[in-house]
Amino acid sequence: MQFTSFGFLLFAAAVLLLYYLIPKRGQWILLLAASYFFYIWAGVEYLFFILLTTVTTYAAANLMGSRLAKQDAYLAAHKGELSREERKGYKAQVKKGNRVWMVLCLAVNFAVLAVCKGLIIDPFRTMFQESGLSFLTVGLPMGISFYMFQSMGYVVDVYRGTAKAEKNFFRLALFVSFFPQLIQGPISKFGQVAPTLYQPHDFDGKQVSFGLQRMLWGYFKKMVIADRIAVAVVALKGDEFTGVGFALLGLFYAAQIYGDFTGGIDITIGLAQALGIQLPENFIRPFFSKNIAEYWRRWHRTLGEWMKDYIFYPISVSAPMLKLSKSAKQKLGNFGRRLPVYIASIATWFVTGIWHGLTPNFVVWGMLNCFFIVLSEELTPLYEKFHGRFHLKEKAWYGAFEMLRMFVLMNFIRACDLFPNVGDYFGRVGSLFTTFNFSILWDGTMMNLGLTALDYGILLAGVVLIFSVSLVQEKKGSVRELLWSKPAAVRYILLFALFLVVLLMGSYGIGYNASNFIYNQF
Amino acid sequence: MKKKRIVTLAVTLCLCLAVLWFLQLLLMPKYMDVSRDGALTGEYYDNAGNNDVIFVGDCEVYENFSPITLWEEYGITSYIRGGPQQLIWQSYYLMEETFRYETPKVMVFNVLSMKYDTNAATGSSTQREAYNRMNLDGMRWSSSKWNSILASMTEEEAQWQSMFTYLFPILRYHDRWSQLTQDDFTYLFQKDQISDNGYLMQVGVKPVTDEHVERPLVDYSFGQTSWDYLDKMVALCQQYGTELVLIKAPTLSPVWWDEWDQQIEEYAQAHGLLYINFLDYQEEIGIDWNTDTYDTGLHLNVYGAEKLSRYFGEILAEQCGVPDRRGESQIAADWSEKVKTYQERKQTLESANTQS
Repeated sequence: MQFTSFGFLLFAAAVLLLYYLIPKRGQWILLLAASYFFYIWAGVEYLFFILLTTVTTYAAANLMGSRLAKQDAYLAAHKGELSREERKGYKAQVKKGNRVWMVLCLAVNFAVLAVCKGLIIDPFRTMFQESGLSFLTVGLPMGISFYMFQSMGYVVDVYRGTAKAEKNFFRLALFVSFFPQLIQGPISKFGQVAPTLYQPHDFDGKQVSFGLQRMLWGYFKKMVIADRIAVAVVALKGDEFTGVGFALLGLFYAAQIYGDFTGGIDITIGLAQALGIQLPENFIRPFFSKNIAEYWRRWHRTLGEWMKDYIFYPISVSAPMLKLSKSAKQKLGNFGRRLPVYIASIATWFVTGIWHGLTPNFVVWGMLNCFFIVLSEELTPLYEKFHGRFHLKEKAWYGAFEMLRMFVLMNFIRACDLFPNVGDYFGRVGSLFTTFNFSILWDGTMMNLGLTALDYGILLAGVVLIFSVSLVQEKKGSVRELLWSKPAAVRYILLFALFLVVLLMGSYGIGYNASNFIYNQF
Repeated sequence: MKKKRIVTLAVTLCLCLAVLWFLQLLLMPKYMDVSRDGALTGEYYDNAGNNDVIFVGDCEVYENFSPITLWEEYGITSYIRGGPQQLIWQSYYLMEETFRYETPKVMVFNVLSMKYDTNAATGSSTQREAYNRMNLDGMRWSSSKWNSILASMTEEEAQWQSMFTYLFPILRYHDRWSQLTQDDFTYLFQKDQISDNGYLMQVGVKPVTDEHVERPLVDYSFGQTSWDYLDKMVALCQQYGTELVLIKAPTLSPVWWDEWDQQIEEYAQAHGLLYINFLDYQEEIGIDWNTDTYDTGLHLNVYGAEKLSRYFGEILAEQCGVPDRRGESQIAADWSEKVKTYQERKQTLESANTQS
């Protein structure tokens, strides 16, 4: 059931209606039932995977939780009897035991994830099919990367003591499977979602209205922009598009993936908001970033935070790394001091790359991001000197230039997603400097990409609208709050106009290739 | 304050629905200039009620039989509920729907659509969504329409969610705004009557020059779905005491294989039905393939259709006992209007044809 299907709209409307009609204490149970219905609809064969994650997460968290509770009780009972060292030793012993459960849970789940991801690509897929194990190649279970990362983050948090183990299996099952975020996140922490997920909610007209408005905005981005431009992105991947053709691919793909992913997230967060549930933001106008580190704090930020909390920090502050930092500083100076951070960055971006896919291009994509982040970090003193000398930071145009520079750089890195063969990708990048091919801009080629002049017009108007809304958000805050302060008639007209734009200009129905959300495949 | 908010909301909702309804009307194809046969299904409802003979089937009925001739020659009141590439299940549900409006004495079904089944070996092709729309969009809402849609949806749209696009056609035609023509505005609220009781008149002449040849089939058996719907037609007509007559119109293409003919012949005999393959009576009918077809034998023109109707009218009157209604003043008055329109249309088309 895709978010853009009539079925999903009907399903979401039914859930929303029932949610506010039934007794409040049953609301979360309804959500659990709806989430499993949603999941089974995608394929009953995938049920095993989500149940495995739920059961192992529940078991590990509760085993650790009960050991921690026993530890607290023991320490409280023997408060005056134990020395500081004895208390520390006891805690270390409990932690060691808990680590076994945590590692076991992570190992089982990540092994399943690796196998699932591995089995959708060749040569593994063919290998399994030929060896009579084709039943294992059922395809990537819906949302597995998202719900598994979310669950494993929770297991680590329980181990660290920053989250309490949820004792009610069904409540935990809802955290893992909450249907709006099942397909493409955001990857939430238990503490971020739990307060509103299980809480009874009264009908709040403003919240429901805001949620639905955000969903509508998401549909606009997905169906009017992303799905419309998708055909040109496919065409521009053709071998003949080098030089400017490749630059255009980067530009069009930026519009597609932005519309697709942020549109999907708007639908997710909007639906959750209509249900009274607050999910963390996943995007904060990423194209306004002035450097690559900022970009990754604004784009798919829940994944970035996950990687930072569970990969980057554990590596960079681990005992071997601290030791390395000390010795490297003596030999290499400041660079040596930062060496563990760079090693942790490489590991983090490697994992981020393979999270997106097991093909080499995703690893290269991760490494390119890492390279530019490290480069930017290393050049910071130089930049500061330069900015100090020319006072550029104070000039508005320079800010715009930095954003544009970042946009172009990210377009070039992001395009790596599209070329499973890394050689092809670097060939295209090289063509930017060798084969310019400017003539494709006026020789009629643009009209052979599957888009008509009208499509270009709609895309341009759509992008301008999105940009304008982002600008208002950046300067004045919530656009919905601004709208809310306007007279009802103005509000209704604007929202209905947006609804008509989606209805009439959306790419859906017969004659259009119903395209899945790009992030569904991760 | 609360009351004011509710009123504002209600008014807004009504206005939005009105805009959507208007847009739906605007965006739906009008079938007035291009693909005119798409308008046929919807024209029936203004003419329902007093027909003794109803035809169902594909272009072989609405291009080949003239109800006006049946009236003029035999006083038979009839209507053709035909549609482009109308499939047997669509014919069945149109029959079912017809019985809500009237109970004719004779129901005529053209058997060519028996070949359109899911069985590829019979030479059938899968139905096309565009034809489904032309046959179904004009139907009024009823369980018959619902079932017809369910039976008709193509592989491309074969999911329950496609039903929404039939319920709210704006979801299907949402992107037609870039192709709107003057016709879409002219016929926004009122369409012209393009047929004469379901007959779509053609006056052009394009003689048959070559023999129509088709590759023999591997398997001539009709698919089970077709047989099932034919059984349902028989049962439905029996239920209403209506005689079901099976016909095969005398057109040369697509080829009507002898093996198919034999199967229908046997079925008709087994069920006590009248089956007429007009291909066997071309001489008696007087069809001249040099003058009576407008597209080299695929369909008859008005001159051929009038000949065929004269021939079939005699059978309907004599063998099926369809009464002559010319003595009934109210009916005669209605039909004299129809005859007038028919003659005018014929004259207009002929003069346009002569000029071109």
